[in-house]
Amino acid sequence: MEELTDELRASFDKVLSTLNTQAREKTESLVRSLKASLDALTDSAKAREKIDQMSSEVTADNPYSRLMALKRMGIVEDYEKIRECSIAVVGIGGVGSVAAEMLTRCGIGKLILFDYDKVELANMNRLFFRPEQSGLSKVEAAKETLVEINPDVQFETYNYDITSMESFSHFCGRLKEGALDGGQLDLVLSCVDNYGARMAINSACNEIGQTWMESGVSENAVSGHIQLMVPGKLACFSCAPPLVVASEIDERTLKREGVCAASLPTTMGIVAGLLVQNVLKHLLNFGQVSECLGYNAMKDFFSLMVLQPNPSCSDSWCLKQQELFAQKVKAEEKNRAEIGSGEVEEDLPLHAENEWNIVVEDDPVESAGQKSELNEAKHKPAEGLKFEFEPAKSSVNNDELVAGSEKDIGELMSQLDQLK
Amino acid sequence: MDEGTKSVLQKIPLLRTNAGPRDAEGWNRRLKEELLAVIKYVSNNKEQDRDWFFIQPDEKGIKWSGKCWYYLDQVRYEFELEFEIPATYPTTAPELKLPELDGKTAKMYRGGKICQTVHFQPLWARNAPHFGIAHALAMGLGPWLAAEIPDMVQRGVISSFAK
Repeated sequence: MEELTDELRASFDKVLSTLNTQAREKTESLVRSLKASLDALTDSAKAREKIDQMSSEVTADNPYSRLMALKRMGIVEDYEKIRECSIAVVGIGGVGSVAAEMLTRCGIGKLILFDYDKVELANMNRLFFRPEQSGLSKVEAAKETLVEINPDVQFETYNYDITSMESFSHFCGRLKEGALDGGQLDLVLSCVDNYGARMAINSACNEIGQTWMESGVSENAVSGHIQLMVPGKLACFSCAPPLVVASEIDERTLKREGVCAASLPTTMGIVAGLLVQNVLKHLLNFGQVSECLGYNAMKDFFSLMVLQPNPSCSDSWCLKQQELFAQKVKAEEKNRAEIGSGEVEEDLPLHAENEWNIVVEDDPVESAGQKSELNEAKHKPAEGLKFEFEPAKSSVNNDELVAGSEKDIGELMSQLDQLK
Repeated sequence: MDEGTKSVLQKIPLLRTNAGPRDAEGWNRRLKEELLAVIKYVSNNKEQDRDWFFIQPDEKGIKWSGKCWYYLDQVRYEFELEFEIPATYPTTAPELKLPELDGKTAKMYRGGKICQTVHFQPLWARNAPHFGIAHALAMGLGPWLAAEIPDMVQRGVISSFAK
């Protein structure tokens, strides 16, 4: 009898323990799913709904009220226009990510982001990215944050190197057809950190006649610049060596041991701010758009100048754009003469009232001119600016050039292979 | 630039054709010149018993790969070398990559792209479009190896590359 009771008790305990485990598992799973639903609810409560029309109503929950106030204050005539604008940001680093955030907060219509890099902890001395985003592609991580900030903005992201043969045509295609209406973009922003990528943007923009803005921060982190490029009207990136801020720090004494480049969140934030300020002025037609602006952080000195296109630019598309621009100016002059003076609203290029050769500095008009003339005093950059390097040599000795060969490419390849 | 690099550069023929890979017809001519210049440079090196790299292009001449090596205290350190001809070539130089050394030195961008000295870009731009692949190796990779290998050996991070 006692044995039977023990046996019964044992099996009863077993059943009880199984039931307990099952109940616990069920409860835990229920708690988990409840928590997930709660998180989702909290998230959706935090994220705002899309807004169809920008309102100027001053309420705490209108994200555009302070921007629309620019109209009431008479700074901007038509702020809503920004929602029709499409911009590409190339390079989502210390400058590009901040510029993209500024444009997102301003309610830009569409942003296309290009970068092939990943977020890493070494980026944390700059703004925008967070440590937990390490390992994500910069474009993906940026989109993730920006969509939350402003769901009204459309995003397109490309995680590739625009200079590579595989991506370059696709890149050109997106500039040409990536706008909200399927047409060409309003503006391309270069926020890259190297000459090759800037040159790739320059080539693409010259080919399709795309207005763009270049930006850069020096390797020693204490200067930066922005430059407006309007193909045919202003110097392109190939017309002259790159314009940079003259730092008065001798390159040869610059200590570069163990590092490629230094960077500061301050300088990068300032340059991003200058860049996007210029973008807003250009898009929304207020103030004066800067053609080339240099910022020296050591002295807090700003330089302004205009660089005209080089009639012997090495980029053949730049020369074609120069010709097109000259024709356009001629046609406008003719048009103006025919219509008579004054009363007609002319379809002039943006900021024509500034004429393209008026500088804010005291210096006379600067021109890239012929490359061979660059060293002449009259083609010197404005105070505080300099060309990054000397222009290309105009000619080389014939006897230094490679001699012709009867062999074809296949034969030469196997000749090289034999040298292994 | 040091005298050694300068005299090496002077013996590499300059290229004639200003064409990149986006210009199919011009690129054929340019590729032929590139091959001739690289062959000349490798031959120069072999003659002087200073052979230090080997490269071969793919069919289109866009992707190049091979090896480069550096001797230090009678030990040969050898690395994979690769690079791609960019869409804007020859206005801009190719970015040379030593993928195996990624993360082993600060003088490198992600993926193993070597960080060029301040002299590289100005010199390339000044000589565009006459400088080619052979010149990029001679004035870009050569000086980089000479500066960075001794440092990496000293830090003990590349002993596995000793042959």
